[in-house]
Order: sequence, then C-alpha cells, then structure tokens
Amino acid sequence: MACFLVSAAEAVVTTVVTHVVEKKEKAEVAKVSVDHKEVPTEVKVPFSRKLKWLNNMLWGGSALLAFEHVWHGEVVPWFPFLTAAGNPEDAAEMLHEMSTVGVSMAVLVTLVWTGMLVVSSVIEKRAAKLPETENA
Amino acid sequence: MTLLTTVFAAIIVTIIWYKSPNRSEMKLGTLSLMYWGASLMWFIDAIFEYAELKEEYFTPAPADMLNDFFLGLSVVALGLIIWLVIVLIKDPKGVLKTALVKRN
Repeated sequence: MACFLVSAAEAVVTTVVTHVVEKKEKAEVAKVSVDHKEVPTEVKVPFSRKLKWLNNMLWGGSALLAFEHVWHGEVVPWFPFLTAAGNPEDAAEMLHEMSTVGVSMAVLVTLVWTGMLVVSSVIEKRAAKLPETENA
Repeated sequence: MTLLTTVFAAIIVTIIWYKSPNRSEMKLGTLSLMYWGASLMWFIDAIFEYAELKEEYFTPAPADMLNDFFLGLSVVALGLIIWLVIVLIKDPKGVLKTALVKRN
C-alpha cells in the first residue's frame, strides 16, 4: 500500500547525514593539508562513501517499489496520492502495513549495509597490514 | 516473479560491475545497489505474503505470474532509465559536453 514510504523517509535522513559527514571530511582533509603541507594517502574508504551505498539501496529500492505501487493503482497522480488514504479503514490498514512490512524492509536494508561495512572494514585492515608483511 | 526478475538483474549487474574496469566511471555500483535494495524490499514483501498464503504462494495463477513478470521487466527497465539519467548528468567521459559544445 505504502510500505516504500518508510524506506524513502530513511533515505531522506541518510542523505542529509551523508552531506554533513562529507562536509566534515572535506574540512578535515583541507586542515591536514594546510598543517602538514601535503594530502594524506587514504587507506580507508571515507564514511560518506559508505553512506552513499545505503542511500543508493534505499532510494533505488523505494523508487522501484513506488513504481510497483503505481502499477497496482495504489499510488495515483492526484491528491491524496495514496488510494488507501481515501477512507479511514484503508488508511488504518495502510499504516499497519507501513509499520510491519515497511519497517522490516528498512531494517533489512540497513542490516545488509551494516554487513557491507563489516566486510569492507576487514578488507581495509588486511590492505593496511599487507605492506608490513611484505617488508618483514 | 518480480522478486526473481529483480534478483537476476542485481546479480547480472554485480557481475558486470566486478569485471568492468570502468565500474566507477559508469556508475555500475549505483545500478547494482539500486537493484539489490529493491530485491531486499521485495524479499520482505514475499515473506509477509508467504505468511499469509502459505503453500499457495508457490502456486500462483499463470495470469498473475505473467503480470508479475511484466512488472519485473518494467522495474528493470525503469532502473536502467534512472541509471542512464545519472550517467548522462554526471557525464564522466565528457561525451555529452563535447557533443553540445561542438554543436554550438
């Protein structure tokens, strides 16, 4: 009915967070380059880039699911845009679906992203150790 | 059927992303993550549907299957269109810019 709205709402929040984190990272790089007269070589993937993985999954998934809802006539181009919002009974069912299916979707996508963070962290640690092992 | 179609699209794009030397330029990661995001969401949808329909979930009517397959293909096409728009806006190789400058 409108389960994709939960993921879309999370996507809005994570996109804002991404922009804030990106600004901070740029400011830090600029500060380090001024202090040490050189830009540090990056070993780690910036957190803002990792947040973009989550953004892509949430925005992409929400957009494609929204299309499915249009296909099934649950989303319409006129007010109130959601056919279920037309009467209180359907609206209650829609809210129930958003709180069960919608929340589960957002949680699963976030869990998978957390798994991706763990894997990338392990890869980064291995990559950082590699030159030390080669030198030994 | 929609879930299956999207999962296959996600797997194919991920393989192309893994093998392509231009993965970053062509924003293949964005496309694959879009399909994976949609696949995960439809997976949850499938779990809830299975909880409601039980074994009936695995024996859909042929007409419903065909409709779901058309929907799956349309979803894949929409994903490709979104990706194409992103690539054209970012224009990593400057092809669009060069074409527009030449014409002017």
